[in-house]
Amino acid sequence: MAGESCAPALGWGHAVRPGVQTQPVRGRWFFTTDHRAIGIAYLLLSLVAVAVGTVLSLLMRLHIVWPGLKLPFWGVVPPEGYMALVTMHGTLMVFFVLTTAPVNGFASLILPAQIGARRMAFPLLNAASFWLTVVSFGVLLAAFFVRGGAPISGWTNYPPLSAIAAAGPGQAGGVDLWLVSIGIFCFASVLGAINLLTTILAKRCEGMTLLRMPLTVWAWMVTTVLILFAFSVLFAAVVLLLSDRHLATSFFVPPGEVIDGVRMAPHANGSPMLWLHLFWFFGHPEVYIAILPAMGLTSSLLANFTRRPVFGYRFMVGTTLAIGFFGMLVWGHHMFVSGMNPYAGTAFALTTMAIAVPSSASVLGWLIMLLLGRGSRVHPLPTPMLFTLGFLSFFIAGGLTGPILAQPVLDAYLHNTYFVVAHFHLIMAMAGMFSLFAAVYYWFPLMTGRLMNERLGKWHFWLSLVGAYATFFPMHFAGLAGQPRHYAQLTGSTSTLSSLLPLQSGITHSALFLATAQLLFLVNLVWSVRRGRVAENNPWRATTLEWALDDAECRVSRGPYEYHFHGNSDDFVPQCADEAEQE
Amino acid sequence: MPATFTRTPAEIDRKDTGIGGKPPVDRRPTGGGGGDDNWDNHPQGRRGPRELLTRYRLGLFFALAGDLMFFIALVSAFFVRQNAGHFDPRDNYVSDWHPLAIPPILWINSAILLLSSLTIEVARQHLFHEVDVMEEWLGLGRPAVRRASPWLVGTVVLGFMFLAGQWIAWQQLASQGLFFATNQNSHFFYLITATHGIHLVLGILALAAALCALFLLRRVEMRQVVVDCTAWYWHTMGIFWAFLFVLLIYFQ
Repeated sequence: MAGESCAPALGWGHAVRPGVQTQPVRGRWFFTTDHRAIGIAYLLLSLVAVAVGTVLSLLMRLHIVWPGLKLPFWGVVPPEGYMALVTMHGTLMVFFVLTTAPVNGFASLILPAQIGARRMAFPLLNAASFWLTVVSFGVLLAAFFVRGGAPISGWTNYPPLSAIAAAGPGQAGGVDLWLVSIGIFCFASVLGAINLLTTILAKRCEGMTLLRMPLTVWAWMVTTVLILFAFSVLFAAVVLLLSDRHLATSFFVPPGEVIDGVRMAPHANGSPMLWLHLFWFFGHPEVYIAILPAMGLTSSLLANFTRRPVFGYRFMVGTTLAIGFFGMLVWGHHMFVSGMNPYAGTAFALTTMAIAVPSSASVLGWLIMLLLGRGSRVHPLPTPMLFTLGFLSFFIAGGLTGPILAQPVLDAYLHNTYFVVAHFHLIMAMAGMFSLFAAVYYWFPLMTGRLMNERLGKWHFWLSLVGAYATFFPMHFAGLAGQPRHYAQLTGSTSTLSSLLPLQSGITHSALFLATAQLLFLVNLVWSVRRGRVAENNPWRATTLEWALDDAECRVSRGPYEYHFHGNSDDFVPQCADEAEQE
Repeated sequence: MPATFTRTPAEIDRKDTGIGGKPPVDRRPTGGGGGDDNWDNHPQGRRGPRELLTRYRLGLFFALAGDLMFFIALVSAFFVRQNAGHFDPRDNYVSDWHPLAIPPILWINSAILLLSSLTIEVARQHLFHEVDVMEEWLGLGRPAVRRASPWLVGTVVLGFMFLAGQWIAWQQLASQGLFFATNQNSHFFYLITATHGIHLVLGILALAAALCALFLLRRVEMRQVVVDCTAWYWHTMGIFWAFLFVLLIYFQ
């Protein structure tokens, strides 16, 4: 490892280092199969999606506090319009941000290098799944512009609301586009997962045994298995729902469904519960698809910045596998109040409690790493580490309400209240986003050859942390007070909920503050791409292979986190270092 | 100009890895280097003449695992709907599940599909027959291609026969007044046969592509990969059909 030099980066879309296909991509970016370029393209797609999703959420926040507000181009938002915002916000964030960025984006960008491969197993397939994702994104956004507008049945699209075109505005063309978009997305994700899994299993370099893989790679491996199983089932559900809508079948529409006084004749005897089961069989693993890569990254970054090995590497691998396994068995906890058999509810409550065990074990492992590393840690803490600590904080804060919601008795009261909104925005949205930020700050040199600005990064972190807690924590209180989700406004014919208006107003202000703070990130991004400090080789002094030189003959002879060495001049040994150098 | 040349990094970086100048027959390398039992030093994954084949098979295997989940979702929906009767006010169990009589032609179709699995397996075996592979690899001729392609054509014919048989089964049901939207059970009959049929159409397209590839691809390994993956896909569709057929026949 000594004395190699990382070639200066060429910029967006280029192969950054020597040794990979350095075909000039100018004008040919459309056809590129370079995994780094595709990874960056995925991340840019997610950036657009998160920007749109954030704007939608701000419109929701404004509407719930000032329902009479006239928006430009739209006027006063009707209740259905609010539901359309909810639907599109959820869909964009869950699919195009929290799935696309951590799995497809960062895995394309980083994973081949981390296992010492020059390229993915199927480079062309990687490009195909990216462009399919783009098409899916375009189809979803098109739902805004069809007659009736975007769908109003939420990102979970429960039937019968989603199964019958007459059920509301946006339920005709809007839901069709939503279903087509999600179908394409399923297909693209499954292709991407096949590619990543094959890459991990077949393209590791010499000496990279399974138990020498970085924990990020383990996390990606479990995630892709979940994608393979979950998205295939969602695809089946989408096919069934489309056939209910257009081929006059009745898989999901219950008997005697009446809309606007008209009995839905062709629909004989379907079951909405069937959709719930199929959807949540996808929906719950989806949560782990979003958060497992973040957990892997957290272990890696804590090791890197406390300069100590990961606490219990095999143990961490075990928790990752356990979370992936139990993640497939807990979907019923979304359905406690749906009329499901109470015994099934008890079983799902048990598996849900069980999943808290490996999750807590991971958290304890991270806390021990922090405790042991308090003497040896990097000083001052760099921005990626701050965001990782932010992730940890949200993971704990959001995770603690998990076992509460996992109990059918408590869930009967809290289901569909703001308590649930608070729970999943902390543990999925904020924890996921903070980890994504950590990943961007950490791996930015591999994208552009430059480091991001530390000062701006720290401001971004602290403002985001304050803004995020101020936005999502008070939602617990709104939920405990009984405020349901999906209500377009709190004032109206009854005054039960109007006492919550000051609280919601505070949340709206915090949300605006949080969104504004993200402008710092955008400024930092644009500035650092052009003017950021040129990164030296291996700027974080990390051990894993993505920081090693590409054209070096990769041969791994040790584990991924060999920090805290005192035998040599440095305190770490890169994974690809020669045996002799260790002495 | 030197008489010999050393390998440049660009050459190491060639598009398809792992041939190592060896013919694509499954022989363990012997002699020369290595020999120690330290498993840490063994290469990960599988380097060697069959690396490409292993990789494509692995990818196909994962794709088929996802596909299996798709069919499992459909089948589980089948059972849920089958048991979704309700009690009316007089405590009578009311179910709208009307078993339909499966057209007997499905038995013939299943036999045809079974037969097609055999023909494609013969084609696949020809591509791996060691003497032929060596001959092709040395450039002495295309015996494997010559022997395999008729079997592939036969598989295509059998595949079309199966699809035509399914079409006839649909026609027979339609003549009884049973359409996709008629009742719960017909939903599933048509849905399952149609999704499986789409998979077979894709399989026939893959077979056609493999036939073209046999004559167009210059590398023996790639010819093996194309036929091998198509064959495993075809076998899997046959196995899926066996389960779906049992479901449709016996679990009404």
